[in-house]
Amino acid sequence: MIEVTGLTKRFGPKAAVDDLSFSVKKGEVLGFLGPNGAGKSTTMRMVTGFLPVTAGEISICDISMINNPQEAKRKIGYLPESAPLYNDMSVQGFLKFCASMRGLTGSARREAVAKSIETCFLESVYRQSVGTLSKGYRHRTCLAQSLLHDPEVLVLDEPTDGLDPNQKLEVRKLIKNLGKEKAILFSTHILEEVTAACTRAVIVDQGIIVADGTPKELEAQGGGSLYDLFHKVTTFETPAA
Amino acid sequence: MNMLTIFKRELTSYFTQPTAYAIVIVFGFLSSLLAFTLGQFWNVADASLNGSFFVYHPLLLMILVPAVSMRQWADEHYTGTIELLGTYPIKLRSAIIGKFLASAVVWALALALTFPMILTVNYLGDPDPWTIFSGYLGSFLVCLTFLAITTLVSSFTRDQVVALIVSVAICCLLTMIGWEPVINEVRRTGPETKEAVELMTRVGIFSHFFDATLGRISYASLIYLGGIISVCLLGTNLALKSQRA
Repeated sequence: MIEVTGLTKRFGPKAAVDDLSFSVKKGEVLGFLGPNGAGKSTTMRMVTGFLPVTAGEISICDISMINNPQEAKRKIGYLPESAPLYNDMSVQGFLKFCASMRGLTGSARREAVAKSIETCFLESVYRQSVGTLSKGYRHRTCLAQSLLHDPEVLVLDEPTDGLDPNQKLEVRKLIKNLGKEKAILFSTHILEEVTAACTRAVIVDQGIIVADGTPKELEAQGGGSLYDLFHKVTTFETPAA
Repeated sequence: MNMLTIFKRELTSYFTQPTAYAIVIVFGFLSSLLAFTLGQFWNVADASLNGSFFVYHPLLLMILVPAVSMRQWADEHYTGTIELLGTYPIKLRSAIIGKFLASAVVWALALALTFPMILTVNYLGDPDPWTIFSGYLGSFLVCLTFLAITTLVSSFTRDQVVALIVSVAICCLLTMIGWEPVINEVRRTGPETKEAVELMTRVGIFSHFFDATLGRISYASLIYLGGIISVCLLGTNLALKSQRA
């Protein structure tokens, strides 16, 4: 479903992502772990077609994101890191707009909006203005827009960021459920989420994959603790003196 | 299809926030105020409205037009919604044109709602409707030109205030360079400025605006204004794409 080969992104002389390769199959939830600035968001922005690549190939459901971005983008639902929304719209209005942008019209659009409102527990706020929502609801509204067109591939950049413990639990459950039918790539720096929601995980540091495996394999590599592995393989950023 | 969706969203956004109402009211008030004070509406007895009403439009538009569209792309950068637009299966140009057309409609409405001036001249005299139509056409062309300039500027920044200040500066320059008092000052300095005066007249927006208001808009003016609009919109496309590279 997602095939990434030799992905590289340079901003000037600095390589944010360096020759990264991984794949996510249907029914798989790949956790993308790494410290801040490891290149997680940059990778996701390239996979979703927002950022052009410096080198490498991205294929979504066998469609090249480089050569045929319009078609490849149809297959993806994306939740950006900051969960951006149009604050002047209502939740329902925003989701309708996003559904239209995905080419849905009429009853298909109505049904898609209703379903995503239900899936992301937005019933109590769907008439409310987006600008007045709490952080948790904003995140879920943005997650809802990524599910509207029932995509085969989901790319979620820190989907549980800013949620309270109950909401985190719900979103993890949701990811796990959606992962049965879809290919999901999601980034996080909360290590518990790997065991809670992922079928496989990679740890990225300074744009390079430094560990790859199922949660159990990774724990074994870290001597029984994912934390220890994370500490071992990632660079610890010390504050500038 | 996507262009229409973005057009509708933008247009709704202008009216769910106070922007469109503020612009319509402020423009209507200031354009009438200038017509009755500086324009000496009662003394000039000009039924075409050219000398008393339309002539002040570029001076108002150079400040008010950027205020409408300063947020067009700056806000997309600031809120990060550009990342959503960039990952939807749409062409960037349809988003640019959709947004541009929505702001153009707001300005068409602001111009249309100055109709009490037309009712007044119709009551007082017997104006030529085509001359008045030409006046509106001239003003609308200036609106489109300034909107396109603001669109381009707003694509470079995430700060609406910066977009406003830079756009107003460019629009003021384009307006003032061809404004009669400025031209006269340059002309006064001596005969050697003849070429400079000619260039300023051609580059400035006023000569093209007057051609349109007098109903004799030339191909040269259309190409000039259309050229600025096209270059700015194409530039916006390039700027937005290159920022991601």
